[in-house]
Amino acid sequence: MSDNYLSSPRGFKSWLTTVDHKRIGVMYLASILFAFLLGGIFAMLIRIELLKPGHNIMSADTYNRVFTLHGAIMIFLFIIPSIPAALGNFVLPLMLGAKDVAFPRLNLASYYIYVAGALLAVTAMVTGGVDTGWTFYTPYSTTTNGSVGLMTFAAFVLGFSSIFTGINFIATIHKLRAPGMGWFRMPLFAWGIYATAIIQVLATPVLGITLLLIIMERVFSVGIFNPQLGGDPILFQHFFWFYSHPAVYIMILPGMAIISEVIPCFSRKTIFGYKAIAYSSIAIAGVSFLVWGHHMFVSGQSPLANVIFSFLTFLVAIPSGVKVFNWIATMYKGSISLEAPMLYAISFLLLFAIGGLTGLFLGALATDVHLHDTYFVVAHFHFVMMGGTVMAFLAGLHYWWPKMFGRMYSEKWARVSAALIFVGFNVTFLSQFVLGSRGMPRRYYNYLDQFQPLHVFSTVGSWILGLGFVIMAGYLWASLRRPLEAPANPWGAVGLEWQTASPPPEHNFEKVPIVTGEPYDYSTPEPEAAEVQA
Amino acid sequence: MSATAAPPGEFLQHHFTTAEQQADAGKIGMWLFLVTELLLFGGLFVGFAIMQSLHREAFVAAHRHLDRMLGFINTVVLLTSSYTMAMAVHNARTDRRKRVIVYLLLTLICAGIFLGIKYVEYSHKFHEGLLPGRFYSHKGDTVPGQFMFFSFYFMMTGLHGLHILGGMVVMAWVLRRAVRGDFSHSYYTPVDLTGLYWHLVDLIWIYLFPLLYLIK
Repeated sequence: MSDNYLSSPRGFKSWLTTVDHKRIGVMYLASILFAFLLGGIFAMLIRIELLKPGHNIMSADTYNRVFTLHGAIMIFLFIIPSIPAALGNFVLPLMLGAKDVAFPRLNLASYYIYVAGALLAVTAMVTGGVDTGWTFYTPYSTTTNGSVGLMTFAAFVLGFSSIFTGINFIATIHKLRAPGMGWFRMPLFAWGIYATAIIQVLATPVLGITLLLIIMERVFSVGIFNPQLGGDPILFQHFFWFYSHPAVYIMILPGMAIISEVIPCFSRKTIFGYKAIAYSSIAIAGVSFLVWGHHMFVSGQSPLANVIFSFLTFLVAIPSGVKVFNWIATMYKGSISLEAPMLYAISFLLLFAIGGLTGLFLGALATDVHLHDTYFVVAHFHFVMMGGTVMAFLAGLHYWWPKMFGRMYSEKWARVSAALIFVGFNVTFLSQFVLGSRGMPRRYYNYLDQFQPLHVFSTVGSWILGLGFVIMAGYLWASLRRPLEAPANPWGAVGLEWQTASPPPEHNFEKVPIVTGEPYDYSTPEPEAAEVQA
Repeated sequence: MSATAAPPGEFLQHHFTTAEQQADAGKIGMWLFLVTELLLFGGLFVGFAIMQSLHREAFVAAHRHLDRMLGFINTVVLLTSSYTMAMAVHNARTDRRKRVIVYLLLTLICAGIFLGIKYVEYSHKFHEGLLPGRFYSHKGDTVPGQFMFFSFYFMMTGLHGLHILGGMVVMAWVLRRAVRGDFSHSYYTPVDLTGLYWHLVDLIWIYLFPLLYLIK
């Protein structure tokens, strides 16, 4: 037990030059949690500013920069790398019974590219700031002052980090599965990561070139997005959403992948409809490329395009619905235990259902015209991104924490924090659905008096939410100071990652595991008793 | 390292069991990377197509400033380099080290000629003021709006040129390894993958040439 990946080899330098996927995963985890803290602080500042109309703690210009930074940090620095690059890096090779990812050095390179991108983003923040919103819409983004050029370059660089992770995971899943693990014996987490990686590889380069074009437009006035020079600003929106809508699924698919692991484990039941869940991940990835126009219903694109995009958008609901029903069917008549990972998984089911269904209001042309650019949209994507992805990330973090660090956290405090986060989240964002449906526009610094009660409600919710995260930081930090005593398989789960020690040895497995049965076989009462190696 | 039939070669990384598995993984990775390259250029191609359809006259007028002959020579040079690259891969696979070195050198020379000709073309454009966007200062245009064509000309050929340059750096590294004698029929992945990349760079030029030089 003493010789694990955390302690061997020793020394700071051995971490900086490591090619071990587990260490890279841990470094990613520390980095994205820092980004989450930063983005979270900006979120709290936004909510405090909106406590009452008019000037409270910052000027209108500062407010524009703060909400841009909140969005850009949360998306590019936190949520996109969160599950794949941090948790996925750590657990995917373990789940497949592999010693590492296919390209360990590329993996380390992707981490350093991420760090470089993050540093560029921070530089852009402190040298002029960015006030365009994370969407960088032209022609504003090509004419406003500040560090838009640097920020778009930072996002360009971060894109490469994401592409390299995606390439690495696809090759890993194709070539490094343990003997006996056919495609349909893979954990569903791997299917979800695979679908995510496809989108990362196919969509991110388009964002890359789009961001370069913004830089070109700012430096050379090349004209492509500038109507004064004969260009087309709507073309930018097409380019941007061609990446950024699939990117939404880069964010949610890995979340769904975690839920498919946690729910069977804490329901003590085989997953219901394995193949349907696996295929629906791929279906979501496919459809994701055909729906970008639903962000542009009021941009002036042709009515025919609007109708087609609206119809295609409804299609996304089918594979998403398939997944949700399968998870619920998995829980049906299961022996459910409500430890922290399961609490977050159930939060995910509830919140993602609301987030998904409110998405249909926005995908429907007639209602979107009214709801476009209101708080309804803000609430919708926070339900999907935070209520969905972040809850799933927290489920995964709590599920694999003992595996990653060999220590258990305080279950009692974990439940308290899960409850606070669930309540705080709903108070913060349910109120924003109401605000939006009553006409409160998003990104506004000031608002009419009639909206104040709901804004106060939302801001108080953000404090409850914040408190939940502070408690989480406390008990997770405290757990790291405990002795290494987590068992190899604290939850009695059946994945291969639980068959090696916690924390795992440097090369993952003492001997290469051989897969002989189906995944999610919870038919034997206590699988860990039979399968854990010494 | 687990016990397997194939003896672990010098270049077999610890997390692969066989050389074949490692080579396959490398190929998958490279093909995926090439897909991302296509999509990166794809954005520019789409932008070009739309802007050309909006400003057809300006684009046709502007493209007359390009030297078709130089473009054609460069196309031939790159096609030749693809052939020499393919021969380098073929010879690596059949353990003919000297030929690998010669063909890699020939490919590098072709790449150098390509960039040399591009340099001549670029300096001519700079001289005439045929520059992108706001730096366009060509005198005596009868059709307005030609700057947009040169925005795309420089972005597309510039990005392509950077890829040539990157390819040359990688090729120099592969050449060094070939001289050192790293490659054999059981391990030639770096030559193979560099070849794949080089063919893509060539392919992109095959689309760029008619698109920019042969508009009607």
